Amino acid sequence: MTTTILPRVNYLNVRHSVGSWLFTKDHKRIALLYLGVVTVAFFLGGIFAAGVRIELTTPEGDFVSADTYNRLFTMHGIAMVFFVLIPAVPAILGNFVLPLAIGAKDVAFPKINLLSWYVFVIGFLFTLAAMMFGGVDTGWTFYTPYSTSASNSNVMLTGIGVFITGFSSILTGLNFMVTIHRMRAPGMTWFRMPLFVWALYATSLVQILATPVIAITVGMLALERALGFGIFDPRLGGDPVLFQHLFWFYSHPAVYIMILPPMGVISEVIACFSRKPVFGYSFVAFSSLAIAVFGFLVWAHHLFVAGISPYSAMVFSFLSFAVAVPSAVKTFNWTATLYKGAIWWQAPMIWVFGFLGLFLVGGLTGLFLASLGLDVHLHDTYFVVAHFHYIMVGGAIMGYFAGLHYWWPKITGKMYSNSAATLAALLVFVGFNLTFFPQFILGYLGMPRRYHVYADEFQVLNVMSSAGASLLGIGYALIGSYLVYSIFRGKAAGANPWRATGLEWQTESPPIPENFVETPIVTEGAYEYVKRETKVA
Amino acid sequence: MPNGVAVHADPHGVADHAHAHHPALQHHFQTLEQQHEASTLGMWIFLVTEVMFFGGLLMAYLLYRVWYPTAWSEGSLELDIYLGGFNTVVLIGSSLTMAFGVRAAQTGEQKATVRWLLLTIALGLTFLVVKGFEYHHKYELNHIPGPNFHFEGPFASQVEIFLSLYFGLTGLHALHMIIGCVMMGVITWMAHKGRFSPEWYTPVELAGLYWHFVDIVWIFLFPLLYLVDRAHQLS
Repeated sequence: MTTTILPRVNYLNVRHSVGSWLFTKDHKRIALLYLGVVTVAFFLGGIFAAGVRIELTTPEGDFVSADTYNRLFTMHGIAMVFFVLIPAVPAILGNFVLPLAIGAKDVAFPKINLLSWYVFVIGFLFTLAAMMFGGVDTGWTFYTPYSTSASNSNVMLTGIGVFITGFSSILTGLNFMVTIHRMRAPGMTWFRMPLFVWALYATSLVQILATPVIAITVGMLALERALGFGIFDPRLGGDPVLFQHLFWFYSHPAVYIMILPPMGVISEVIACFSRKPVFGYSFVAFSSLAIAVFGFLVWAHHLFVAGISPYSAMVFSFLSFAVAVPSAVKTFNWTATLYKGAIWWQAPMIWVFGFLGLFLVGGLTGLFLASLGLDVHLHDTYFVVAHFHYIMVGGAIMGYFAGLHYWWPKITGKMYSNSAATLAALLVFVGFNLTFFPQFILGYLGMPRRYHVYADEFQVLNVMSSAGASLLGIGYALIGSYLVYSIFRGKAAGANPWRATGLEWQTESPPIPENFVETPIVTEGAYEYVKRETKVA
Repeated sequence: MPNGVAVHADPHGVADHAHAHHPALQHHFQTLEQQHEASTLGMWIFLVTEVMFFGGLLMAYLLYRVWYPTAWSEGSLELDIYLGGFNTVVLIGSSLTMAFGVRAAQTGEQKATVRWLLLTIALGLTFLVVKGFEYHHKYELNHIPGPNFHFEGPFASQVEIFLSLYFGLTGLHALHMIIGCVMMGVITWMAHKGRFSPEWYTPVELAGLYWHFVDIVWIFLFPLLYLVDRAHQLS
């Protein structure tokens, strides 16, 4: 066992009491508070997913009833979307890294940062209560009129949970945006900022503009369900499709809340482990903003079969193709970054390669769904399920783990086992593909989503999917175990184990409470790897 | 660098003295100016989120107004234009007193600040009381959407949608007024305690921004809800 040498006073050991954590205003501690809750939610969401996969191993409904099955996939969706994917990268990694990356002592509003965590926890508790009292069965989309008048599950409690949690996301976005505008260290110009910061900025834009809309939409749903107001009620002449428009006006951009920050992580990691500046820095930076802006104009591609006008459907189809362009810009630029780079096969980079492959498949199958004719066939089939899991798990979660592995030595001051981490990345990659690739075929063959029974001929592919899910579970459990182990037995990481260029690597690991001894003065761009390598040589 | 150590404020040039922290300067900001700019930007961004928040309801309003123009006209005529008009004047007046309050804080007139802020709260409460009477009247007529809703005429159910949106929009607005009044109470207390100075009066300014925003929302709501088809009625 190695004895670990850490900075004598760091943000972790500066105070020890429970209160010093619960009332902390330090962005680094708040990041860890988020890490705790998000991990619990991830575990819960995983349990629900396991229930779904066990049921789908056989064509008959023999593990749970149809009603329970509806609750399982609904709660899987709600736990994963609102309590894992949306906060994971911004609220955990963003919170920890953003002030360090721009040379600030903290975010602009540390108290609001803490408040946003409490708001998040309160929202989570409401949702947990809903789950404990029997769950909710509307699907995570809460479509009316089922959610307003027919469902007798805990729609109200869940709705309140989602409503409250939304404000946590808004506050984080607001905080980050002001932080990026006003808290940059001297010399940290916009075009010297790390691309992760650009990605967080674009994400904040979406959080600020989209999240209030879901809040008010869920609010209207609540008024209708609880007090009998009529806004979406077809009996009065109200339009349930209006709910779908409003819901997706948030929930499609929300996909970009989930994927933009991991994209930022990928830029950081890929530059560091290729020992090269990111190819086409400004294109990658602006593609984040382009995704954020275009992302607001594509929501109705979820409504192609809901009876919207064919002309608006054509426009939305075209715009959905357009939003793929900036994503493609990023993917090409990352690939170009690898070209002639000195690729260093460390765990974070393995996760990045996983991301690149899976995101590519997820992105391209999105174009299938954006095509009007094809979507009529594929809508509400497992093809859609597979597509968005390739984006959300293959993209967002892989990117989250890439970032977690990249910054873990900074967060804890300890190194994890590189071989265990590589194994976990491979397990997750293989398990993931085994789980979700068969679902593309299932969907193409016509298996509809959200049913607990299916035709016999789909069983082989479903068994493959369930087997893959088990592998995925083992992979995630492995990550948890070696990361926790590293806290107690890991080698000291030192300030900069990856010899990376970002400002966060210029301070100690774990960082001191105020981040930097002296405010850094920035004189060069974010990825001057080549310059530094030659200097060392 | 030690933080949280309050050194007496230098009223003439805080920024010139590297070690003389204004008591309001938080440790993670370099200067009061930076802190002020951050807070103001934060408030503006918050107001943008508020626009989107009201926007969802206004979107529903727009759709159904296009679909059901007659019901919108009938529903609108049910609203009391005099009380609504009175409230509009009250609220615009409160924005004026708020602006005077911010001005007084800027020039360091403590007593005037407190007086203007109190007047603003009083006008805000007046608005809420009048709104309460309007709601009560609707309750007596069974015009509150829901199981007990009652309305005569062929467009009853669409009028129910109109009134749902009326209560949704004005209720959300009233909620913002209540939050505003509480916030103003705190600000007034801080002003009374002499916390503000020409160097630092950020909270007063932020409260002002919020108050004006809530006022502007009403300036949209009044014509959208009360004045749908009044010209027709008056002619």
